[in-house]
Amino acid sequence: MIKVENLTKRYGSKLAVNDVTFQINEGEVVGFLGRNGAGKTTTMNILTGYISSTSGSASVNGFDILKEPLEVKKRIGYLPEQPPVYMDMTVNEYLTFVSNIKNVPAKQRKAQIEAACERVGITEMRKRLIKNLSKGYKQRVGFAQALIGNPEVLILDEPTVGLDPRQIIEIRQLIKDLGKQHTVILSSHILHEVADVCERVIIIDQGKIVAQDTLANLASSVNEIARLSLRVQGGDASVRKALHDLHGIKYVEALGVKEPDTQDYLVECEAHADVRADIFRVLASMNRPLLLMRPMDVTLEDIFLQLTSEEAH
Amino acid sequence: MAAVWKKEVQSYFLSPIAYIFMAVFMLVTGLFFVLTNVLGQSAEFNNTLSNIAFMFILVVPVLTMRLLSEERRTKTDQLLLTSPISLTSVVVGKYLAALTVFAATLVLSLVYPLVLAIFGNPAFGEIFSGYIGFALLGCTLIALGLFMSALCENQVTAAVSTFGVILLLWMGSSIINSISVTWLADILSWLSIYDRFYGFVQGIIGLAPTFYYISASALFVFLTIRTVEKRRWSEG
Repeated sequence: MIKVENLTKRYGSKLAVNDVTFQINEGEVVGFLGRNGAGKTTTMNILTGYISSTSGSASVNGFDILKEPLEVKKRIGYLPEQPPVYMDMTVNEYLTFVSNIKNVPAKQRKAQIEAACERVGITEMRKRLIKNLSKGYKQRVGFAQALIGNPEVLILDEPTVGLDPRQIIEIRQLIKDLGKQHTVILSSHILHEVADVCERVIIIDQGKIVAQDTLANLASSVNEIARLSLRVQGGDASVRKALHDLHGIKYVEALGVKEPDTQDYLVECEAHADVRADIFRVLASMNRPLLLMRPMDVTLEDIFLQLTSEEAH
Repeated sequence: MAAVWKKEVQSYFLSPIAYIFMAVFMLVTGLFFVLTNVLGQSAEFNNTLSNIAFMFILVVPVLTMRLLSEERRTKTDQLLLTSPISLTSVVVGKYLAALTVFAATLVLSLVYPLVLAIFGNPAFGEIFSGYIGFALLGCTLIALGLFMSALCENQVTAAVSTFGVILLLWMGSSIINSISVTWLADILSWLSIYDRFYGFVQGIIGLAPTFYYISASALFVFLTIRTVEKRRWSEG
């Protein structure tokens, strides 16, 4: 559906986007992850036709953004980082204007505006001036704008920046819902947001793609060492030694007492070795009840830091 | 294009800009009308028109300063440029909106010739010609202001540059007269937008000046489109 090939954008001597290639299939929800200034917004601005690339190509549904920009723009709803709203208009006036410039047929205009308002929860705000709305509601008006014209693709640039925690949760839920009907590209520097909403992640750093895969695959690529967290009743040095002697365990670290009369341990296992049953048996044989055993998942933070620091070398 | 035009006209009348433009225009016109026609006991309205032509220096920047600069500052240009409408229709829509406010003001100012018609016998043919020239001059200067607004990100900068350029153009004719190098004077007189207006005041609707104004307006609108377009490609 969306195809980006060797996309490059140069600003002076700096390459804001450097030879970026990716593909996004219909119906996917893809996260665009990177630090501030990594090139996320530039890539999105090129995809939506706001700026032009220095070289490379981008196409939506086979329409090239440079050769047939109007065909591409028809298919994309864009929510830039700062919602492009006119402060001196009411929500209704603004959305009517948007549906006009997006060539929504006059008959569908009203229904579409109503549906979009309903979707993002601004139906009660429709008669209010946009400048009097809170940041969260302005963001929603921006969202409604992107939905007008029923575009197949939604491109959302940092849609939750500057919102309060409750609004963030609501907006994420909204994006999840929208992902059922649209192809969504979402940029973010917030890792758990991407983990929460997206099926696939493209990680970009210093203008280059450093990884693109599903979250599970990315996690397993980094996850060569499995880690377990244990809590053992009456744990002491003998427990640590017994655990250390188990086959498949590389390292045991005592984490201290988090609950009276217990001891916490961090166990690092060798790759692909499942030692959980063995741990249970050895502790049982020592009469040391195992109160808690939890795998320490590799977080998106770990993946991100590992990938972006590799790139820096 | 119609959508952009409508939005711009609305925003002119929702903000004080259209009212300031109209008020200043009517005030200055009224002042010169009283001085030239009423106190001078003359039915020559074109004298007033040629006297108030300097006023474009003040009012055109007010009308055009935020047309494109404001969209850039508030990033609403992202909406316009990523919507399925051409850049040409955005720019032309905005230009036509500014012309609409100008045209509405011109219609309002017809009250002065009307007063003359009640109390005297003005030459309507001449006044008609004067208005055509005045309108063409205004359209050209508004196109110039639009272009300035595309060049600047800040509306104050846009207003001041427009002010400066129109001021230079207005002083142009007197500068030309004091230049003794003929070829330089020839080139400058080609650029002198104001000079071509005075034929209309005398009641001559010339083909050449009409064509000059229309092509100059078209040129500035075209340059505006190219400026916005170029920024998309910029690598600075």
